Amino acid sequence: MDNPLLREYLPILVLLAIAVGLGLVLILAAAVIAVRNPDPEKVSAYECGFNAFDDARMKFDVRFYLVSILFIIFDLEVAFLFPWAVAFGEISMLGFWSMMVFLGVLTVGFAYEWKKGALEWA
Amino acid sequence: MTGVDFPILLPEILLAVYAMAALMLGVYGGKDKLAGLVTWATAGLFVALALLIALRGGVGAEAFGGMFVDDAFARFAKVVILISAAGVLVMAQDYMARRDLARFEYPILATLSVIGMMVMVSAGDLMALYMGLELQSLALYVMAAMRRESAKSTEAGLKYFVLGALSSGLLLYGASLVYGFAGTTDFAGIASTLTEGHAPLGLLFGLVFLISGMAFKVSAVPFHMWTPDVYEGAPTPVTAFFATAPKVAAMALIARVIQDAFGGIPGDWSQVLAALAVLSMFLGAVAAIGQRDIKRLMAYSSIAHMGYALVGLAAATPQGVQATLIYMAIYVTMNLGTFAFILSMERDGRPVTEIGALNQFARAEPLKALAMLVLLFSLAGVPPMLGFFGKFYVLRAAVDAGLVWLAVAGAVASVIGAFYYLRIVYFMYFGAEQDPVQSRMSAVQWLMLVGVAAVMILGVVNLFGIEALALDAAEALIG
Repeated sequence: MDNPLLREYLPILVLLAIAVGLGLVLILAAAVIAVRNPDPEKVSAYECGFNAFDDARMKFDVRFYLVSILFIIFDLEVAFLFPWAVAFGEISMLGFWSMMVFLGVLTVGFAYEWKKGALEWA
Repeated sequence: MTGVDFPILLPEILLAVYAMAALMLGVYGGKDKLAGLVTWATAGLFVALALLIALRGGVGAEAFGGMFVDDAFARFAKVVILISAAGVLVMAQDYMARRDLARFEYPILATLSVIGMMVMVSAGDLMALYMGLELQSLALYVMAAMRRESAKSTEAGLKYFVLGALSSGLLLYGASLVYGFAGTTDFAGIASTLTEGHAPLGLLFGLVFLISGMAFKVSAVPFHMWTPDVYEGAPTPVTAFFATAPKVAAMALIARVIQDAFGGIPGDWSQVLAALAVLSMFLGAVAAIGQRDIKRLMAYSSIAHMGYALVGLAAATPQGVQATLIYMAIYVTMNLGTFAFILSMERDGRPVTEIGALNQFARAEPLKALAMLVLLFSLAGVPPMLGFFGKFYVLRAAVDAGLVWLAVAGAVASVIGAFYYLRIVYFMYFGAEQDPVQSRMSAVQWLMLVGVAAVMILGVVNLFGIEALALDAAEALIG
């Protein structure tokens, strides 16, 4: 246990123990301490005081997924661009052109989805 | 440094640029009207690049600091991958057009997955390995779900995606363990930590997880459960594609990792591969017996065949790798011919995949039935067809490496497996009279079926010289 590498990981272990412990305590506290006095009205599902209109698991338009996927792609692109831009002074031309190729590939995909109509909502 | 690296990657770069250019041309040009054109152009490019790679020759070269290796082994695998992918594309063109599946994205997705496969077989680093594997898999997931209006096809795509993600997770976990205990992701670097022929426990764990992840891609038992459902649900041309090029790439990838990175501890992975091989051979042989759908049957058949190919790798000798390469080349060729036939099976213009529909097929189409007979005998490993020689090579390599029990198990499994191939032959020639299947073939499919059947017989002479090429490739990997 005197391995310095392992000791560096000790805070993570401590955090893990606290996270698991706290989570268990909060869940079990609700089960053990809370007063329980259920009746049919209390345990039934409700929407803002009304009876539920229909099942919560309804079909979504697939476009919602499409938009969220596109968001992730371009969000990640920015995540790549930021460090690249910050280190721009120190990276070589190789770094510059690598990013240009990456952006080029991304643009091809973007042009494809645009033309395919993936961005049209109506 | 990079100026000299790019020529080594020329085929991959050409393919990637082509894929993007074709995508732009397709979407801004005629959309799906161009599907046929793009398919033929893609197949033509595959064949041209296969020639380029085959003729380039020379000793092995490395690019990007050992990330990418171009040696005789990679070239052999790439040529097989490119030729088989081209074959699948052209023979399915007619099917796609008639079944309203002709989309210009299909050949482009095939191109992207082929780039992934080429990177896989050339990987010299765990990073390059994973990049190639994911590029290949992501394109394949989409291809499996190509027939969007069919519940079966989307189910196949989803199932393949979820289980594929699981296997990627296993593989990444293994890679992280290997990196943690070896301190590098470079195959040569990993090999240099194994100098005493002994690996720390963590590295062994990593190795086993890596092999599990890759075994999923070759559908070796116990990582095979996706195969029958995906093969059955995906459109038949996609199934044909799944059964050929990706299997070669994944098998070559396993060979590359265990030999380049873990070549110092053959005893440790050989037993894992032997176990996978035995399970695959037996499950493939036994489970196929009850199948009534020819695509599911081909799925179990490919599981069994992967078992035999793994026998060669388990031998851990250059002869073993050579045997595996020969086996894969023969396997892919047989599958091209068989799927050319399956693509043509229809009744009243609708595709049919039940085996029972083949009853009395020989009476209507004697030549095609004869070609199928040759192919099925070859798949079963009946001499003197080429399929027998594939099995002979791997079993001999196993015996030479002292794995006699493995060779015996392989021989027993092949006898069990022969039953279901021969049953199809029985149906075609002696089956009960009933509403027969029609076989409407395009010229390409006919050529593929009859040509491959001829190859299975003519190859007996000298295996078309593939033996020496495979030996070269194996020695480049191990020597």
